[in-house]
Amino acid sequence: MGDLINIFVKSAFVENMILIYFLGMCSYLAVSKSVKTALGLGAAVIFVLGVTAPVNWIIRENLLVEGALSWISPSLENVSLEFLGLIIYIGVIAAMVQLVEMVIEKFSPSLYLSLGIFLPLITVNCSILGGTLFMITKEYNLVESLVFGLGSGFGFFLAIVSLAAIREKIRYSNIPAPLRGLGMAFIITGLMGLAFMGLMGIKL
Amino acid sequence: MSDVNTKKLITDPLSDNNPITVQILGVCSALAVTGNIANALVMGVAVTLVTAFSNLTISSLRNYIPGRIRLIVQLVVIAALVTLVGEALKAFAYDLSKELSVYIGLIITNCIVMGRLEAFAMGNKPLPSFLDGIGNGLGYAAILLIVGTIRELFGTGSLLGFTFFGEEAFHNISFLKHGFFHAFFHNGLMVLPIASIFIIGIIIWIQRSKNQELVDIS
Repeated sequence: MGDLINIFVKSAFVENMILIYFLGMCSYLAVSKSVKTALGLGAAVIFVLGVTAPVNWIIRENLLVEGALSWISPSLENVSLEFLGLIIYIGVIAAMVQLVEMVIEKFSPSLYLSLGIFLPLITVNCSILGGTLFMITKEYNLVESLVFGLGSGFGFFLAIVSLAAIREKIRYSNIPAPLRGLGMAFIITGLMGLAFMGLMGIKL
Repeated sequence: MSDVNTKKLITDPLSDNNPITVQILGVCSALAVTGNIANALVMGVAVTLVTAFSNLTISSLRNYIPGRIRLIVQLVVIAALVTLVGEALKAFAYDLSKELSVYIGLIITNCIVMGRLEAFAMGNKPLPSFLDGIGNGLGYAAILLIVGTIRELFGTGSLLGFTFFGEEAFHNISFLKHGFFHAFFHNGLMVLPIASIFIIGIIIWIQRSKNQELVDIS
């Protein structure tokens, strides 16, 4: 149990997807203009990451790694389908995003409209695929990868909501015109990243 | 198709319509892999190849793809190309592919590729689409190279492994021995990925103050 809490805290704060690894920046910069839409996108990302990481883990362990196919017939023991990994993972992610889109459209049409194009674009949000790829390099088991997915999603949620809140306030400040909007969002993200790097020394 | 148009397809994404600083596409990988020039160069070439050839493929297929499943078709084409690039890197430059780790796989979710497919290749002929892909890939590579150069030069005092600053540099050339080059201290911030986000922020600032049309009021 302690291990799982460690993985959650680590993936959400110490190894934050956005502020430490800079994954998923495009939607992060584009959807962070108001807190309301940021909350919606953040929640959607938590769900998609929390589902795709364990599902991709199950697929990888049972179909892709070398020797995984031996449950079909012993002659397949040396077959490794790992080169197909990327295509399969992205398929799972696309299916999950499609699901989220249908659920949001049904239960919260106003959020659906405000997210617009960025809902389907979760498919190409690098933090989702990054979650799966990091889970593989870190060699987590099924439960750990579920916690890792939820933690990374929570980290994304935290980062995008904070940036949205700062951008709502900073709209009235006196910033040089060429730096307004996108440029300032970059600088703020950098400062937030510096703050989060302060957590790096923590041993978990 | 006139000659001017062809040229514009390549040159426009280099500055006025740069994928990273203007279209905000493909920012993620630009920030993470620019620690040194070699990484930036490999990543730039890989993305240029994938963008160009996925644009070419999708553009030649565009009249046969049903609208409903177009995202899946695009993803499969991109994923296949990225897999090819990844395997080629593993075969010919294993160390680099280890260093770039997950970021090669993440080209699939690089918004530049998907964004150009949606915005250009779905509505244009194969040849212009191919050129558009090359142009945007080069625009991306240009930003990566600028950031990579600044970070490597000030972070470690060297360029492509050749030392310029610091105590090791020029220690056998007497008149440079005690000058400016010798007094340089390595900048720890530049080694960290966080530096690239500030550098890109400043690039945006410079670019927009030169080109007032890009300034957004909101």
